[in-house]
Amino acid sequence: MSDDDILVTEGLTKSFGDFRAVSDVSLRIKRGAIHALIGPNGAGKTTCFNMLTKFVAPSAGTITFNGRDITRLRPADVARLGLVRSFQISAVFPHLNALENVRIALQRSRGDSFDFWRSKAALKPLNARALELLDSVGLTSFAYATAGEISYGRKRALELATTLAVDPELMLLDEPMAGMGHEDIDRIAELIRRVSANRTILMVEHNLQVVANLSHRITVLTRGRVLAEGDYRTVSENPEVREAYMGAGHA
Amino acid sequence: MTATVEAASARDFTERNRKANWIAFATMVALIAVAPFVAYPFFVMQALCFALFACAFNLLIGYVNLLSLGHAMFLGLASYCCAHAAKVWGFEPVSAIAVGVLAATVLGFAVGALAIRSFGIYFAMITLAFAQMVYFFSVEAPFTHGEDGIQGVPQGKALGLVDLSNPWALYVFVALVFLFGFLAIERIVQSPFGEILKAIRENEPRVISLGYRATLYKLAAFTLSAGFAGLAGATKAIVAQNASLTDVSLSTSSEVVLMTLVGGMGTFYGPALGALIVIAMQNYLAQFGEWVTVIQGAVFVACVLAFRRGIVGELAARAKVSL
Ligand SMILES: Nc1ncnc2c1ncn2[C@@H]1O[C@H](COP(=O)(O)OP(=O)(O)OP(=O)(O)O)[C@@H](O)[C@H]1O
Ligand SMILES: [Mg+2]
Repeated sequence: MSDDDILVTEGLTKSFGDFRAVSDVSLRIKRGAIHALIGPNGAGKTTCFNMLTKFVAPSAGTITFNGRDITRLRPADVARLGLVRSFQISAVFPHLNALENVRIALQRSRGDSFDFWRSKAALKPLNARALELLDSVGLTSFAYATAGEISYGRKRALELATTLAVDPELMLLDEPMAGMGHEDIDRIAELIRRVSANRTILMVEHNLQVVANLSHRITVLTRGRVLAEGDYRTVSENPEVREAYMGAGHA
Repeated sequence: MTATVEAASARDFTERNRKANWIAFATMVALIAVAPFVAYPFFVMQALCFALFACAFNLLIGYVNLLSLGHAMFLGLASYCCAHAAKVWGFEPVSAIAVGVLAATVLGFAVGALAIRSFGIYFAMITLAFAQMVYFFSVEAPFTHGEDGIQGVPQGKALGLVDLSNPWALYVFVALVFLFGFLAIERIVQSPFGEILKAIRENEPRVISLGYRATLYKLAAFTLSAGFAGLAGATKAIVAQNASLTDVSLSTSSEVVLMTLVGGMGTFYGPALGALIVIAMQNYLAQFGEWVTVIQGAVFVACVLAFRRGIVGELAARAKVSL
């Protein structure tokens, strides 16, 4: 592998019983790029994310992050190395307010938080940064709203702010714009572009407009296999892709 | 809705919350101060021990969403160890209690290390299984004296200074132990560590994805909870001057669940109130003999159906504060 590649997988495979959700996927993600992973429902995109972040153990294959084999690491340790994911199903802390949600992530900057004897007033210095992050996703006015009670699109934005709070080197976003209105999509797309300046982003997204505008490189997955890879133009002109994925409605 | 309005209402909430918690705390302290004059002091001290036990249990169920069905093992083991240290080794009460707390903490760490990777009902079943093991151990081990238990535990002089065989000194001592435990648990919940616990309660995978080893946080919480359950059990041994199989039994494990649910899990004051109610029922309904359990069951069902959040939980929800 070259130093340009931040993440490399070789022959990544996941079987659930007899069913192969992901088979033999070899990916190379360039440092600094926005790389999109697309494919029809059930193609294995989320399963790939789960393996990359070690939430699911691969049945076969290796994962190398920054030149280091992370195939056997624990999920929290992978996150500490700077490979952080978001979830397809919005993952906020519903009973905490938006500010507290982001602050949980910011607490990582203190190292571990086993200090059970200290008052949480010790976390106050993190509030300013939390508000800044909320502002960047357009949630300033919801800082004190209970996370479980805000709209779906705003939960996604909150989740993005929380992910950004740990300042990951490689950020995996699983359908960050699902359930958002036009305005929000534009704002989040802009935000993703902005924060990609000093990090790498791998994202799953069904909105092809967004994919076309944002990503440098696209990998198409169908039935667990890589069908095509390249920039948007190459991929969208690939007849197999047109048939398998963009087929009927999209193209 | 503007940012300033939101921030102002958040400040308002914080302010109201602080006030409500001060009122609740002052009421609790006042009750503890008055109680021995209106009720049988021995009963109040026992209630305080169980209240602390319930607070310790609530640290897990209320803030980490871990259901332990065997928490009596910590209460009971600490009770035995404290009784043994005071009676056989001749320790003064504070050191004897420390022995009990230490034993419960070590057991908590060991059981936690084995159980914590399991989730939901499996976790509960494992704690239950360990509690049964500790129960059988207590039946067989020589130092616990089987069915007889350890009787005639001397109360002694706390730190060699205060004679706890004086009922008033004992009462003040137990009240201070309770308040210490209560405030310590409140602090744990309100610490940077407690923030992570609450996040784990809400969404464990998300916490892990941010780089926290959730298992270690849960294990730490479990160990702390066992330690405070031990503090309750050890103090109880000094109060009752005995340690018996009841303290390690399944029924004690289920009682603490009952206390916490009736009072309100995930609230600071609920478990203590729940403990008071359950212990009071047991005492004042003792005349009905075996029927106490049935009445208790009925009250439990009524409580769970009428107020899902428990008594304090409902009150807090109505007043829009968190207690
Ligand atoms: N834990 C599991 N056990 C069994 N089958 C699974 C499991 N997780 C995923 N699958 C199957 O693996 C296949 C790939 O699922 P995956 O969630 O990775 O797809 P996806 O590309 O993310 O789809 P979508 O666009 O709908 O999110 C699906 O057929 C799914 O049913
Ligand atoms: Mg998916």
